[in-house]
Amino acid sequence: MRGLSFDVSHLLAGSLVLVSFIQLYQDRLYALLNVYALHALVLAASVAWQAFVQDAPHLYLTAVIALVFKAIIIPTALHRIIVRLGIHREIETVVGVGPTMLLGMGLVALSMVVMLRVTADADPLAREDLAFALSVVLLGLLMMVTRRNAVSQVVGFMSLENGLVLAATGAKGMPLVVEISVAFSVLIAFIVIGIFLFRIRERFDTVDVQALDRFRGERQ
Amino acid sequence: MIDALTGVIAIPAVAAALLSVLPGYRLTARLNVVAALLTFLTAVSLFIVDPRSGPYLLVDDLNKVFIVLTTFVGFTTSVFSASYIDHEIEIGRLTPAFVRFYHAMYQVLMFAMNLALVANNIGLMWVAIEMATLTTVLMVGIYRTHEALEAAWKYFILGSVGIALALFGTILVYMAARPVIGEGLEAMVWTVLVTHAAKFDPALLNVAFVFLLLGYGTKVGLAPLHAWLPDAHAEGPTPISAVLSGLLLNVALYALLRFKMLLALNPAAIAPGPLMVIMGLISCLFAAFMLYRRRDIKRMFAYSSIEHMGIIVFAFGMGGPLANFAGLLHMSMHSLTKSAIFFAVGHIAQVKGTQKIADMGGLTVTSPVLGWGLVLGVVAIAGLPPLGIFTSEFLIISSTFAREPWLAAILVLGILVALGGLFLRLNTIAFGAPRGPTSRAEASYVPMFVHLAIVFVAGIYMPPALVDGFQNVARLLG
Repeated sequence: MRGLSFDVSHLLAGSLVLVSFIQLYQDRLYALLNVYALHALVLAASVAWQAFVQDAPHLYLTAVIALVFKAIIIPTALHRIIVRLGIHREIETVVGVGPTMLLGMGLVALSMVVMLRVTADADPLAREDLAFALSVVLLGLLMMVTRRNAVSQVVGFMSLENGLVLAATGAKGMPLVVEISVAFSVLIAFIVIGIFLFRIRERFDTVDVQALDRFRGERQ
Repeated sequence: MIDALTGVIAIPAVAAALLSVLPGYRLTARLNVVAALLTFLTAVSLFIVDPRSGPYLLVDDLNKVFIVLTTFVGFTTSVFSASYIDHEIEIGRLTPAFVRFYHAMYQVLMFAMNLALVANNIGLMWVAIEMATLTTVLMVGIYRTHEALEAAWKYFILGSVGIALALFGTILVYMAARPVIGEGLEAMVWTVLVTHAAKFDPALLNVAFVFLLLGYGTKVGLAPLHAWLPDAHAEGPTPISAVLSGLLLNVALYALLRFKMLLALNPAAIAPGPLMVIMGLISCLFAAFMLYRRRDIKRMFAYSSIEHMGIIVFAFGMGGPLANFAGLLHMSMHSLTKSAIFFAVGHIAQVKGTQKIADMGGLTVTSPVLGWGLVLGVVAIAGLPPLGIFTSEFLIISSTFAREPWLAAILVLGILVALGGLFLRLNTIAFGAPRGPTSRAEASYVPMFVHLAIVFVAGIYMPPALVDGFQNVARLLG
């Protein structure tokens, strides 16, 4: 049983990294949101598996949050928002797909090297989970850097946050995981439902962050 | 039984709930002041009755200093804010509904900052700092102009990334603690972590500290990660700029210092000092040069905050009793001076109807009290004797000269460059022929001059009790 539980968590965490990569080269917002929903789905499965393996029922709550909130509500809401904003057609990437993928691979390699080396004494499951989680975090960061559309930056941030939840659930017996995942959901709800996209649409008629740059205080 | 420790977080929480339902901005502004005053008095009482730390809340010499400073500046800022908001409503920049929201958020922010300072749990502390970030994001965007929204968005995204990195670091600290302390809540409690720190896995702690430094360093406004800071300061309401510079940066710094203490207890872990020294120096130098091309008055003082946070992080990075003492002193003096400057700047911007330096001039003639107040503030912040910041900068530089002369030379360069930049602009703003329209000032000068008076007195004479207290904390910091 030990072997199986390890393999499944490994598979799920690995899939999360894979889905992060798929996200990197999506050049349409719809597709990006669908892939993000998949990302959240894999996370939910991974968290649920951890809850089962660690015998930690409170983690099921985190899994349910990931499933309902991140995989269903948020993508649906974002779908509506981008239709209303009329920006569902394209994404611009600042860096091309090829270099982005190469950079992504570099980041994954980096996180493997760093995390596997420093956690040599930790138990193997936590250790690999942590390495995968760091990869997901870094890929999310990369996505935030290479996109200039506000919606895809938010998607990048959300996938980064999924990586953090993966790390938190992988750390066996960590307290406050549920609270932290709730806190993060609040944060995301803030952006998505919220004020920002609303006001940005209201004021600028675009969610291109570069358009925001035009209004910088000192560039007159 | 409610003790003083619970009080400093309970009062703002109750006040926030009250303020969100009460109508009438004059009433809420007063209530805001009263709540802030009560919180401050409760914080002071921490020195008299010594409450015990529990599994969730912690009190020791280190956070007492931070709590008292935070609640004091929180109180004076609420006094300033009352007159500032009055004017904003008069000219129609804010509607009463927004003001209600603003006051409620002000108390939520005080709650979050105090919670971060008293939390005895690294997870709870993280949640509190996240909460403080969110509330300030909302307040920065409150004017809903293009610039305010861009500033809030930038702050939000960068702040979130910083917070995410800090959480990863927090998880890693837990991972390091778990094999020693065991699973569960205990492995995230400061007081427990500190007693077992020597047995933690050093490699994990090292990586954790890098993440924490980047994460909380973003909130401190350290150089490569500072981009949110000038915008957030310039576009939000000025009381928020004062609270951001004077307090929120300190709270993030406090988190960093706690983790530094943790690392210092583990002999096999890397020394956190050099990393902090490097980031501090880069911030100080970078911000000093950036001061020269500023056209917006609040933006200029935001860069000055980056410079001073750099100096403070540098001092704590150098470590040792003297440098820590100087760092603490510098932090307190900077909080007081910078918020005083923002009090002046807030009223100046209202009097002039603009934040552009080019449209200001001859303030000492047109509005003498504000103008001279600003001059005094800038003299203090630039580190000229006999004011408090001179004392702390002198201590930092002289203690560094004894150990690492080259580093001290770089620091001196940064401070001198910043001094030049500040006086260049001050000359335009405060002296010369009056420029631009001037309306009458209905300012409350008391908070500004109280702060400046404290800074002035501290530069000449420090009460022995205060010196003892700071020395005690400095030893604690290692």
